[in-house]
Parts: sequence; C-alpha cells; structure tokens
Amino acid sequence: MRMPKPDAKILSRRAEIIEGLGEIVPPSSLITEEDALRAYECDGLTAYRQPPMIVVLPRTTAQVSLVLRYCRDNKVKVVPRGAGTSLSGGALPLADGVLLGLGKFNRILEIDYDNRCVVAQPGVTNLAITHAVEDKGFYYAPDPSSQIVCTIGGNIAENSGGVHCLKYGLTTNNVLGLEVVMMNGEVVRLGGRHLDSSGYDLLGLMTGSEGLLGVVTEVTVRILRAPQTARALLIGFASVEAAGDCVAAIIAAGIIPAGMEMMDRPAIHATEEFAHAGYPLDAEALLIVELDGPQVEVDHLIEQVGELAQEHDATTLQASENEAQRERFWAGRKAAFPAVGRIASDYLCMDGTIPRSRLAEVLGRIFGLSEQYGLGVANVFHAGDGNLHPLILFDANKPGDLEKVEKFGADILKLCVEVGGVLTGEHGVGVEKRDLMGVMFTEEDLNQQQRVKCVFDPDSLLNPGKMFPVLHRCVELGRLHVHKGEIPFPNLPRF
Amino acid sequence: MGETLQPADSAQLREAVAWAVAREQALEIHGAGTKAALGRPVEAPCRLDLSALSGISFYEPTELVMTVAAATPLAEVTARLAQHNQHLAFEPADYGPLWGKGPDGATMGGVLACNLSGPRRIAAGAARDHFLGFQAVSGRGEAFKSGGRVVKNVTGYDMCKLMAGSYGTLAVLSEVTFKVMPAPETLCTLVLPGLSPSQAVDAMTAALQSPFDVSGAAHLPSAVAADFATGNNLGNSDSATVLRLEGPAPSVAARSTSLRQLLSPFGHCALLEDTDSQDLWRGVRDVVPFQNGKGLLWRISAPPSVGLVLAEQMAVRFGGRYFCDWGGGLIWLALDGEALTEEDASNGGALALRKALGERGEDLAGHALLLRAPQDLRREVAVFQPQSPELAKLTARMKQGFDPAGILNPGRMYDGV
Ligand SMILES: Cc1cc2nc3c(=O)[nH]c(=O)nc-3n(C[C@H](O)[C@H](O)[C@H](O)COP(=O)(O)OP(=O)(O)OC[C@H]3O[C@@H](n4cnc5c(N)ncnc54)[C@H](O)[C@@H]3O)c2cc1C
Repeated sequence: MRMPKPDAKILSRRAEIIEGLGEIVPPSSLITEEDALRAYECDGLTAYRQPPMIVVLPRTTAQVSLVLRYCRDNKVKVVPRGAGTSLSGGALPLADGVLLGLGKFNRILEIDYDNRCVVAQPGVTNLAITHAVEDKGFYYAPDPSSQIVCTIGGNIAENSGGVHCLKYGLTTNNVLGLEVVMMNGEVVRLGGRHLDSSGYDLLGLMTGSEGLLGVVTEVTVRILRAPQTARALLIGFASVEAAGDCVAAIIAAGIIPAGMEMMDRPAIHATEEFAHAGYPLDAEALLIVELDGPQVEVDHLIEQVGELAQEHDATTLQASENEAQRERFWAGRKAAFPAVGRIASDYLCMDGTIPRSRLAEVLGRIFGLSEQYGLGVANVFHAGDGNLHPLILFDANKPGDLEKVEKFGADILKLCVEVGGVLTGEHGVGVEKRDLMGVMFTEEDLNQQQRVKCVFDPDSLLNPGKMFPVLHRCVELGRLHVHKGEIPFPNLPRF
Repeated sequence: MGETLQPADSAQLREAVAWAVAREQALEIHGAGTKAALGRPVEAPCRLDLSALSGISFYEPTELVMTVAAATPLAEVTARLAQHNQHLAFEPADYGPLWGKGPDGATMGGVLACNLSGPRRIAAGAARDHFLGFQAVSGRGEAFKSGGRVVKNVTGYDMCKLMAGSYGTLAVLSEVTFKVMPAPETLCTLVLPGLSPSQAVDAMTAALQSPFDVSGAAHLPSAVAADFATGNNLGNSDSATVLRLEGPAPSVAARSTSLRQLLSPFGHCALLEDTDSQDLWRGVRDVVPFQNGKGLLWRISAPPSVGLVLAEQMAVRFGGRYFCDWGGGLIWLALDGEALTEEDASNGGALALRKALGERGEDLAGHALLLRAPQDLRREVAVFQPQSPELAKLTARMKQGFDPAGILNPGRMYDGV
C-alpha cells in the first residue's frame, strides 16, 4: 500500500502554514510537536502509520470553515478524524497534510423527543447519544462494537453498522440531518428533523463518503424507543452448512431477528477461552439469535426459532431466561477482537459481504487460503446480512508477515466479490481496500464516483489517497467525450 | 412530441443516450409515464421509452434481495414477492390515479427514482433505504454501476441515494436491486375519533414514543375521513386519528391492548381488523381523497411536531382540504385553484405555504412539493422546494458531473437540472 508522495513544497512551507492556522484557532487547538503528533499517526488499522504535518483541533463550525478555506487556498491536504477507530485506515494522516480532529466538538446540542431525534456535534461518541436519552427509555440504534469510543461523525463518514443493523439499519437509515463544511469553506445544511430530501439526497451521499466530500460539524439522528424485552438463543451446529441453512430458514419464516451472529470453530474456541461464556466447544458453528420487542412477541418468536434450530439438527440449543444469561451469551461474541488478540500478537479484521447461501463454500475456501499462507484465521459473521469478518492472525514483527497478511486479506475480499458479494460491509474502503476497487468496479464506474468527488472538492485536497486507486484530475474527468459523427443513427426501435 | 426511442436492452440504451449526446438532443425518460406530470415540464423533442427493459432477473427470498430491469411493473414485483410472503417495506404508493391514470401503472425504476414512500416510511425507511444497487447510463452516454446485490455494503459512495429522488435527471437506470422484507403476518388499526388537530398530534406522538412499534400514524380530518373505503367504520362526520400495528398475531393483539390503554386519555378508541385496516392504509398510501382531482396538490414533509398545525393553518388560509401521515410529518394539502385569492392563485399558494413552512426557524423547516398542478403553473412556480445558494450550486455541479450536455429530463427539477 502506497500513499501519495508528500509534496516537498508544502513541507518546506510548514512554519508559514502553522502561522496561518494559528491566526484561525487558538494555540490550544494546534499541535505541532513531533512527539504529540505521533499520537495521531494511525487509526484502528495499526499496520499503517504516518504522523501528520500538523494537527488542528477546531471548536466551532466557523473555525472549521476558515481552516478548510485556508488549506484550499494554500493547496494543503486535510484528513478529518473522529476517534481514530477506523479499521480501513480512513483517518490515516498524510505527511504533508493537516489532520483535522473533531474531538472538541463533543456536545449534545438538543434532545427533541417530540420529533424523536437528537442533535449532536460530530465528536460525541455513539454511546453517549444513547446515554443522553436512555432515562426516557430511548436509544440510538446503530451499535458498532466500538461504540464506547467511536464518534457519531466517524459513524456518518463510514456508514457504520453493528450487530443490530439487520433489523434497525445502518447509520444511513438513522440520520436525519447534517451540517457539512466543504473544502472551500462553504457550510451546507442537509435534511433536518423532517424525513427525506427535496432535491438530490446529498445527506445520503455524504453518509459513507469516508471524509472525502466534506467535514461534518453537526448531526441529527433519529432515536427509537427501546424495546421492552430482548432474549437470545445460543445454537450450536455440527457444520457451517447446517448453521447457514438455519439462518435462511429463520428469514424464510418471516422472522427478522434484532441480531443474528455466527462464529466458526476457531472463533468459538478463542472467545470461550477469553470470556467463559459457556459456548459449546464441540460445535463447528455457533449462532446467537436475538429477538427484541414486546414480551409476547419475543416469547412467541423464540419458540419458533428454537423449533427451526431443532429441524436443522442443532447440537446445542439454549434460550436466555433472564438478562444475565442473555448477556453471557453475548459476552464471548462481544469480546471477539480482544479474544483473538490474545491468541496472536496481531490480527487483521476483514469485512466483506457475501450472499449468505455461499457461506459454507466461502469459509471452506478461506481455510484453504489459511493453509496456503500459513496464517491462522477465525471468522465472526453478521449472519443475518451476510457480513463476514475473518480475523487473520499474524505477527507484525516477523519479516514478511505483513505482506503475507495483506495478500491473504486481498484474496478473501476478491473471493467475496467473486461469489456475488462486495469488498466492505461496514468498515469502509479507506486505504486498506483502495487498490481492490478495480475488482468490483470498472474504470467507468470509478470515474463516475470521482466526478461526485469533484463536485465537492475539485482539487482533491480532502482525505486524498483513500477509496480511489487512481486519482484523475477533475478537469480531465469533466470532459465530455462526444462521438460526433461516429455514432450512427442508433439501430433500435423508434416510433 | 417528436420521436420515441425504445431500446430493447441495456446496450441499446447506452447507444441511444450516446446518440442523444452527440446530437445534443434532450430526452424525456419514460418508464410508464405515471408520474410524467410530476415536476417542471420537460422540454424534450425525443422520448426515451424504457418499457422494453422489463423482467425480474434475480430473486432470492432468503437473501432479501431482488434485481429487476428498470421498467418492470411495480405490480409484477409485489405479486412475485407476495408468493413468498414478502413485500417492499417502504410501501410504495400507486400515484397514477392522482392524475386520473389507471391503477398499477408504475415501474420499479420510477418508484426508486422518485423516492416516494408510503405510510410505513416512519418505521421501515424510505425507498432510498431499500435501494441496494443499480446499472445505469449517465448523460455522458457511459454505462456504470454502483452498489451491489447484498443488503449490507459500504463500498464506494452510496450512489443509490443520489439516484433516489433524482427524477431521471442524472442517469437512466437500466437495472435496479433492492431489499425486500417479510410481510407482516397480520395487522390492526386503532381509531381515535373526533380529535382536534392538536389532540391528534399529542396522540400520535404518544403512540410513536411508545415501545409498541406503530407502523402507521395518520390524522384524517372530518372533511376527508369519509373518502376512505372504510369511511363508515371511521365514525362518519368526525375526524379519525388512526394508528397501525403489524406483526405476528399474538404480538399485534398484545400491543393493541397496551396501546389502547396508553391512549385512553384521548377518549373512546375503535379497532379495525385485518381487511378493513388494509383498505384504510392503502387509501392513506394512495392519497385516495384527492385522486382524479383537477385541483392543486401539495406534498409537504415537515417535522412531525409541526406538520399538523401547519396543515390546519394552511387549509384554513386557502380553504383547502388536507390529511396527515407519518405521525404529522407528511401533509397532503389539496387546493381548489379557483377558490384561491388572485395573489395565491398566481403561484399555487407556494409563497404563503413555503413562508409558513420556514417560519419556525431552520431547525423546524421542511420542504413542499407541488405534486399536481397544471403545466403552466408548474413552469412558473418552483415545483420542488427552492434551495439555498450553496445547495443550488452543488445541485448544478452534480448535474454537470453526470449529464454535462443537459440531455436527461432537462429542467424537470430546477431550471437547468
Ligand atoms: C474494536 C473495534 C470494533 C469495531 N466495530 C465496528 C462495528 O461493529 N461496526 C462498524 O461498522 N465499525 C466498527 N469499527 C470501525 C470504526 O469504529 C467505525 O468505522 C467508526 O465509525 C469510526 O469512528 P471514528 O470516530 O473512530 O472515526 P475515525 O476512525 O476517526 O475516522 C473514520 C473516517 O471518518 C472520517 N471522519 C471522521 N470524523 C469526520 C467528520 N466529522 N467529518 C467528516 N469525516 C470524518 C475520517 O476522515 C475517516 O475517513 C470497529 C473498530 C474497532 C477498533
């Protein structure tokens, strides 16, 4: 993986740029010391590191606007950053760039129960939104595992999901409004407390745009009344096929569980050892199916899912009878990352989506690759929506392992695309999958996406080097290729 | 109207658009034309008729996805889904009859391109939330795709969102993939008769803040309540505030008891069972009271807490009729052009309406779409909510990025877009 070559001219102007930014933000919002810069050198994809040229921590939208305009005028690149938990390197700094940290935007601005929404600054953590409304029985539905630390601004940029997004949707389905500052310093408000856009849905486009289109400075999200009850089933199977068939049967029966998570044998063993959740160690696949809603509904559906599990030869079947037991069922799954982190010195978390019907085949081939590369792998799987997280085990200090793990990861993602799936289900493209975009998209597909980028940031100064394998200049992309004279009167039915 | 091009497949579609680019010939994009009178009038000498691009190419019920050619009739899609007890959760409406057209005309591409969703919008999301992927031809005459065939995907920009609500002004969809969901086993509706608008807001808010998963919340003032098929059950001359519950039978029964209890301060509460309930919500979805009318019809999206108050205020001012869906967040306001003052008539009420919509400040603003109006008025008045200068600039540049020659439905949304 290679980042764009640092611009020597910009680097040589560093002192002048610091001075320019110092006229916009107070000294407490400017980080320039080498040691302090190092704290920002990577995000959750720790394999790639690069301290930024300067860190700016603005406090107001007006400051963000002035910083961006200054950078635009001076051709300085900018990388936005929330909590830095991205697993695709979305917040990886640039050597010749400003890292724009949104950490000081940490206030909840308004809670509006009548319109069932919360207005928050982008640096507020995902979980803080739920905390702010839970005394009234509400919550914010998308729940990435990183929710204690990741920011709502980062969630917007990555369109993050969580174990409950099968029933409640990803971030994009739960955002009502945004305030965004574009690279030229202009501020736009998208959406609000009403539903749906008039005109092009720039709110939807901005969500999941990985910090390439604008900097989010205010967010309005929908909150939901918390379900009255939740119960979970823990179901073991003697084969991945049986587990996959059971998932399909649950959906065919018209049931959309709140969460439906699967783990393979290595993941079961790693998490059980770590969390002592009571997982069956003889199972080849383990399903956790959670149902939530009114008590009557949950009890009714728990019974139905239990019957389906039996029909699919479950080797273990337990239904939670109380909160403590439900939480115990989840304890292992929720600790999957640290658990795997304990059995290997490093791991890389992949994030492809596949048609669920191809699961057994895909896992089989991943094990084949695991043997071929000589690197272990454990799989956790958002089974309801086909989002697969293979965790590849490696040792970053061992020469050659990083290159091997990159190749292994790429092979897995190519496999996801080959079977009809996609490169990323919730973690984003970032730098990690950037060079694989061509596996899924043609040049014309990617050019059209870059034209969208050009609408917002024609000089490609905002988070460059992410998402697109090749950066074309906007002037070039804008040209209309007219085949004057070459196109015959089209040969098709006309009236 | 000049000639009509009717591509037989996506390759011919690309050829047709490339030809139009070379000739700088504007195209009117035509699925089945049910919403042809929605938007500013398109001045295009040539019609691009997509009707041959039809058929379901992929449907895997347990993967919750379906792929169809863009002009596949919505009715064909819903019939096929029904065979597997599935449906489109965003409850697409049948708007054709609003313009006096026959029922069941819409195409799937048209439904997604207009992003118009029915009563379940508040619980299940909009058309855009179910739009997973597409193949299209841009106004550059280039075929491109975005999204995928799986329900969870963040690879690249979410261009489906851009296509949804673009009314064919950015690209011509040739194939669309969308999420499908299990249809609810049963449903019922609680009916609260005789509430004033402010009581109705309170009742709907209480219901939507409850944990009872309300999947439809509408207020039907007395002037329209009788127009619904179940009119007699709605209590004749009174207004009706209606709340829908869907799901497995035992759950619907339990929730309806709990919700009734919660709403007991609002007085007597009647219950509509399965079939009557279905008729009622189909009527709300398809805007039955205002079908086959000649008058003006506004569709207004506002924060739920202000929608109903605004609607009442506007109905009084204009002497119009209205009803509210989405818990107060969606207003259907029908105006009789002849009854308006000369000043209001000259702009279809747009000025007064949009002024009132913006009066509560930016945070509580919304947008108003002049869904039905005579062609002349649609040429004069902003059919879509006017945009801030920053947004208008982005919109124009987006159009430029996809359709630099301005050949796809030019001017349908805004001047030049
Ligand atoms: C242990 C762990 C578990 C995780 N579990 C999940 C999970 O279950 N589901 C899931 O989807 N993800 C998960 N993630 C990934 C990550 O937490 C999410 O992508 C999260 O949304 C990132 O938020 P952040 O605040 O850390 O953003 P950062 O990592 O700081 O930034 C992410 C991207 O957003 C951009 N950005 C940040 N703030 C803004 C802003 N205000 N305006 C514009 N752009 C901005 C950045 O430029 C970058 O491209 C996990 C990560 C970890 C480390």
